[in-house]
Amino acid sequence: MSDIKDKVIEIIAEQAVLEPSDVKMDSTLEDLGIDSLGLVESIFAIEEAFDIQVPFNANDPQESDFDISDVASIVAGVEKLVKEQIT
Amino acid sequence: MKRVVITGAGTINALGHDVPETLEAMREGRCGIAELDVRDAERLSVNIGAQVKGFSSEGLFNRQQMALYDRFTQFALVAAREAIAQSGLTFAGELAHKTGAILGNSGGGMTTIDENYRSVYEEGKNRVHPFVVPKLMNNAAASHVSMEFNLKGPTFTVSSACASSNHAMAQAFQMVRTGMSQVMITGGSESMLCFGGVKAWEGMRVMSKNGCRPFSANRNGMVQGEGAGVFVFEEMEHAKKRGAEILAEVVGFAMTSDASDIVMPSKQGAARAISGALKDAGLNPGDVQYINAHGTGTAANDKTESAAVADVFGRHADEVMISSTKAMHGHLIGGTGAVELLACIMAVRDGIIAPTINYEEPDPECALDVVPNEAREVAIEVALSNAFAFGGLNAVLALRRV
Repeated sequence: MSDIKDKVIEIIAEQAVLEPSDVKMDSTLEDLGIDSLGLVESIFAIEEAFDIQVPFNANDPQESDFDISDVASIVAGVEKLVKEQIT
Repeated sequence: MKRVVITGAGTINALGHDVPETLEAMREGRCGIAELDVRDAERLSVNIGAQVKGFSSEGLFNRQQMALYDRFTQFALVAAREAIAQSGLTFAGELAHKTGAILGNSGGGMTTIDENYRSVYEEGKNRVHPFVVPKLMNNAAASHVSMEFNLKGPTFTVSSACASSNHAMAQAFQMVRTGMSQVMITGGSESMLCFGGVKAWEGMRVMSKNGCRPFSANRNGMVQGEGAGVFVFEEMEHAKKRGAEILAEVVGFAMTSDASDIVMPSKQGAARAISGALKDAGLNPGDVQYINAHGTGTAANDKTESAAVADVFGRHADEVMISSTKAMHGHLIGGTGAVELLACIMAVRDGIIAPTINYEEPDPECALDVVPNEAREVAIEVALSNAFAFGGLNAVLALRRV
């Protein structure tokens, strides 16, 4: 599972133009300077990297079945989706 | 400065194949959004749209024209025929030399692009039909309108995404107002409801999968539509002299750029366009009774637009009616302002305010009179039509009862 975490952090770091080591698990996207367009790009990159469908609607991020409140929640969400896909 | 009036209107969209059908649907609050009927729909995650149903080129165009006209051009021609027939104008001599067609459009011949990409990429063909370029170019609709009606004056296409039609009509208005032309044909058309067109919009993640609910707290995105709206803009004295029926007067416009973000709307940019249109028309906020909203049904647009209207209208904001007809005809992208101008004409001419249908839950961030769910009969004088595009490009028009 740490592979997933590393890959998600790599994607987020690239979007934020930061080194992966600068992305902390408790960082929010806002902390990292990722705006709404950066967010949909990150989600697209995550979907492509893991071959999954992320249930995310930019109209109501809170209502989407995918928590983006910080890096840890995104990693957890991706791990869950990857696991669901295998089973 | 000359005064400019509208002496002809034409349309085809999901609500109707002409203006009377469309206005009747708007009065009744009918919804034109349904399950998408497009090739490979099962590979789309957004499966709804406001498609033009029951449209057949047979009888409208000859075989050669059918091969040459993309769907967005066919829509533009159908709407132009209705508008020009209503105006009673024919174009010859000096009038033909000065009259042109300025039409809004965003995607060009998307169906043509989609079909031909399939043929070369998916089917591996190495030869395409010779009409691919003349069909897909954004100016095809304006050019064919000019050819069919012998319009030899300024003719071109304006492309500013969702504000294309409003920018086009503002430009035509300016030409008639300054005396450059006595008559201009203007409006816009769009047809993006094909696999590639919908797939591209899916990527933005701003599309609703279950309906367009502008200003409603439970809104979750926009729904695409297709079609066209075309109008005859004419210098008032020219129209009166020939006894033409006048539908409404165009009294002002403004265009602004947010200069901030490629997709997120800005309250300041929208507010400057609305207040600019009032100033251009010599109106005060208290003079306006109806606004046809951009009202896409996305979280961002509707709250930003509401805040902009509240800023411009101040204490009058509670008195002005604002509705989004996109809940009925969908978002026609480059053609949307043209179809929405019909709701403004109906408001000032017939005193009927089209409703915002699918309104289910009040949103404190959109606390305006959105004319929920049912049309209203109110005699009014002035209406505005808002368009705020991706790219931060805004254009607002003002109409007055004649």
